[in-house]
Amino acid sequence: MSSEEVARLASLARIQLTDEELTRFAGEFDAILTAVASVSEVASDDVPATSHPIAMTNVFRADEVTRTLTQEEALAGAPEAADGRFVVPQILGEE
Amino acid sequence: MTDLIRKSAAEMAAGLAAGEFSARELTDAHLERIEAVDSDLNAFITVTADDARATADAVDSARAAGKQLAPLAGVPVAVKDIAVTRGVQTTAGSTMLEGWVPPYDATLVTHLKQARLPILGKTNMDEFAMGSSTETSAYGITRNPWNLDRIPGGSGGGSSAAVAGFEAPLAIGTDTGGSIRQPASVTGTVGVKPTYGSVSRYGLIAMASSLDQAGPCTRTVEDAALLHDVIGGYDPKDSTSIRDGFGDFVAAARSKDVKGLRVGVIEQLEHDDFDPLVRARFEESLALLEEAGAEIVRVSCPNFEYALGAYYLIMPSEASSNLAKFDGMRFGLRVIPEDNPTAERVMAATRGEGFGAEVKRRILLGTYALSSGYYDAYYGSAQKVRTLVQRDFAAAYEKVDVLASPTAPTVAFPLGQKVDNPMTMYLNDIATIPANLAGVPGMSLPSGLAEDGLPAGIQFLAPALGDDRLYRVGGALEALLEHKWGGPILAQAPALEGGAR
Amino acid sequence: MSAQPVSANKVREYLDVQPLDFDDAVKTYDPVLGIEVHVELGTATKMFDGAPNVFAAEPNTAITEVSLGLPGTLPVVNEKAVEYAIRIGLALNCEIAESCRFARKQYFYPDLTKNFQTSQYDEPIAFDGWVDVELEDGEIVRVEIERAHMEEDAGKNTHIGGSTGRIQGATHSQVDYNRAGVPLVEIVTRPIPNVGERAPEVAAAYVRTLRDIFRALDVSEARMERGNVRADINVSLRADADAPLGTRTETKNVNSFRAIDRAVRFEICRQAGVLDAGMDVVQETRHFHDETGETSPGRVKTDAEDYRYFPEPDLVPVAPSRDWVEQLRSTLPELPAARRRRLIGEWGFSDFEMRDVINAGALDLIQETVDAGAKPQAARKWWMGELARYAKDKGVELDELGVSSAQVAELIGLIDEKKINDKIGRQVLGVIVEADGDGSPAQIVEDKGLAVVSDDSVLTDAVDAAIADNPDVVEKIKGGKVQAIGALMGPVMKATRGQADAGRVRQIIMEKLGVAG
Repeated sequence: MSSEEVARLASLARIQLTDEELTRFAGEFDAILTAVASVSEVASDDVPATSHPIAMTNVFRADEVTRTLTQEEALAGAPEAADGRFVVPQILGEE
Repeated sequence: MTDLIRKSAAEMAAGLAAGEFSARELTDAHLERIEAVDSDLNAFITVTADDARATADAVDSARAAGKQLAPLAGVPVAVKDIAVTRGVQTTAGSTMLEGWVPPYDATLVTHLKQARLPILGKTNMDEFAMGSSTETSAYGITRNPWNLDRIPGGSGGGSSAAVAGFEAPLAIGTDTGGSIRQPASVTGTVGVKPTYGSVSRYGLIAMASSLDQAGPCTRTVEDAALLHDVIGGYDPKDSTSIRDGFGDFVAAARSKDVKGLRVGVIEQLEHDDFDPLVRARFEESLALLEEAGAEIVRVSCPNFEYALGAYYLIMPSEASSNLAKFDGMRFGLRVIPEDNPTAERVMAATRGEGFGAEVKRRILLGTYALSSGYYDAYYGSAQKVRTLVQRDFAAAYEKVDVLASPTAPTVAFPLGQKVDNPMTMYLNDIATIPANLAGVPGMSLPSGLAEDGLPAGIQFLAPALGDDRLYRVGGALEALLEHKWGGPILAQAPALEGGAR
Repeated sequence: MSAQPVSANKVREYLDVQPLDFDDAVKTYDPVLGIEVHVELGTATKMFDGAPNVFAAEPNTAITEVSLGLPGTLPVVNEKAVEYAIRIGLALNCEIAESCRFARKQYFYPDLTKNFQTSQYDEPIAFDGWVDVELEDGEIVRVEIERAHMEEDAGKNTHIGGSTGRIQGATHSQVDYNRAGVPLVEIVTRPIPNVGERAPEVAAAYVRTLRDIFRALDVSEARMERGNVRADINVSLRADADAPLGTRTETKNVNSFRAIDRAVRFEICRQAGVLDAGMDVVQETRHFHDETGETSPGRVKTDAEDYRYFPEPDLVPVAPSRDWVEQLRSTLPELPAARRRRLIGEWGFSDFEMRDVINAGALDLIQETVDAGAKPQAARKWWMGELARYAKDKGVELDELGVSSAQVAELIGLIDEKKINDKIGRQVLGVIVEADGDGSPAQIVEDKGLAVVSDDSVLTDAVDAAIADNPDVVEKIKGGKVQAIGALMGPVMKATRGQADAGRVRQIIMEKLGVAG
């Protein structure tokens, strides 16, 4: 894996990496991916995927209001807050 | 005082009930021990002495008033800093959450409070539970009470070191790929990963949702059963919580009876990756069980070979998603870059600085495994391996009641030895991972001293919902081994001088 | 797939392209639509936690630790939301999945508390349906539904520091997560072909049809202006109906029927201009601007979108039992289109009258009034006439006037029994509206002495006076101009303060003057 590829992943995962990290991870990922690639040897089409270790279905809750956080509790951990809202930096994107 | 803290939790509970000592005395004794030795161990990130004393006092008053109390009321407990605690900083071992004070309690914390166990504090762990050595914590490394230059295991090294170091009789761990069992193995303690869904995950900072499971860290099998009873049970806030179907853990732990029990030895976990003395202690343990009437059977689980690969795809994939919320917008760390600090760049800077190397490594691997074009080859295939591992287990449990293997390939390795080599670190989990993939329960208990005079562990695995089988075989083996040793293994651990560092 | 980055020069080139006139555009090209509608469900709580699902609350108060996505929290599915999703699926003639699951759609954005949206991806709860959409002139267009799936809404960003509250120029934003986790159902059509010049109308009528269905099912208040129903409109052009589909654009969040019509119209003209200029339509997301009626491109993303969907590990599959589905099917209400057709027949309204009634939101009110005993045309006359005027003056919906169907039915009954006339009826209504809906019409008539005067002695005196005061009119009537009777009735009505029974007055005048009606 190239460090460019690692940079693309880092961008997708919103993690700023140093050049040193990019190089180091690129090397490590090659080794790790080679080691884990063996899974495809046995993952044939006739084997179903398991996403939950204990199979269950239809776990629901009733449509009833539970305790809510107060505004103060909600904002207590916020890096910045104003007017009862979380303040976040300038967003570049869609309206 | 020293005698007090060396008792088992069951003995402490009995002493409290008999009025031999008060919950306050017991709690103070542990707080004093923490004061004395935690500068050596660094098992705790946060000590909540006042809260613990308040709970202890409440227990003493309630007992004096003749009120009915839970069996472990007044027996102190330490909680891995991955379980959120209302009003008490919860860090998951990361800079990202330094100073974060949750507005709610994890369900298992609520259970501990309802049963009135004084909570001594929050224990150290690998950052976001990612590691096998507790060396990746942002709050310093935790040391092994058996040898302060050795790792205490991970990710729950803090909980196991606290229990092994007599700072707490009971602790809570979480196990995604072995984080309860492997620390137990290298610290000479007991650790149980219950059936997936047995203990609520609500309020546990998630690493890999389909693998994570909380459980007890203790010095005896009976104590583990007692603590499992407190924290387990159906929770409507966790969609994967199991409603019922469990046997009686405490009765099983006390039965000490393995006559006719069929113990399967997994051929695939008998290879040379396990150190000779670790294997020797394992074989001796099996021999003791056989003498006591158990039947030892060799079983084959051919797909376990692929379990490590599947685990190191599923775990990072789910972790990459679960850790996306740590972005500096709503809570925790926010790092503002100097030029053009848009939300996007603040998120990237925060995550670049707030996460350590291992966390970044796993998030990036997971992002890769889930990204378009790779999903089928990686995540999809890994989920199929999961099915195959489950089939191996199902086939094995047609022949045997429980499975056994050494818990970890080695005794505690020296600090710093593997932390920069992810692949060798990952191999520590080779024996513990299959249980997480299949959701089945596992227990580690001491099998004796191995290389360098350090403890090794034996692991038992049971079918889903068969946790009581673990307590039965574990309780029996523990009694046989302690009879042979002339006492608990921790009696052989060196005394901690306190303030040596 | 994502848009290719477009250079600044290229953008200028595109801006220079002159849109085609609409008629020319649809003569040259065949437009194809695709519409995604999000509807916020009217459950009491959110999709995955017990926080209240409310429209207006103090910011960041309608949340739990779950809807705020705090570390350690886990989702649990709201059963009512699943029921509503199934009902919507059934109403749209969809198959309901035997088993389906949730998936995480992952992207970083400050209004998402977890930086993923819990949605459905490869296994939606409903799929393969259709709905008939009726146009102004009664033509019916069948729209095929590809899928309907469940998901959660995001929080709301308020942009601070920009001149217009827009994202451009803002220095920072404030986020309110009250809306985060509100249950949504997203309904996706298959490409809608063969609509030609009617594309704008079909798009708007389709969304209106869905809106009416949501209301009939009572699964959402479905108020467009509140954003309960939001539409993303895909438009593409091709040379003719046999050509492969052209490149489409997606115009986001077009939130009124008029805006939908205008956005489709604009995109057709703009894309036709681009194609006529020999250029390619760029596949992109666009935004509609109400002030200008135009669309403009969204920000071009630097990295390709890759949502990294995977099955939500914190939730287990939803497998609605066939019994449940059939029970929900059997309790589906009559859907709006069927009901309209039935009522047109039963009530004898014209298509035009019915459309007005529906647009005014008066159908249920009229139905209730009819159920309370009134004749359909009378009920329509009062609701669409006098009451509609009051509602308009007050700037409220008809059902917010405070006047009940029972009151209107009672009023109509008094008129039918000739106890009052229309004019008094209007007076009585005025009293009720003033009193915010208080009072019974019969009681008001009695209290205010408004009953029609049909006492012949009173009327005869008034008629005698009118005859005496208007000898010239009397001459005309006697001379055969019977229609001049009106000129005598005016003074009589005036003398009785409008409470005279007009028919009886007319009769008395004719008797007095010895003429036949």
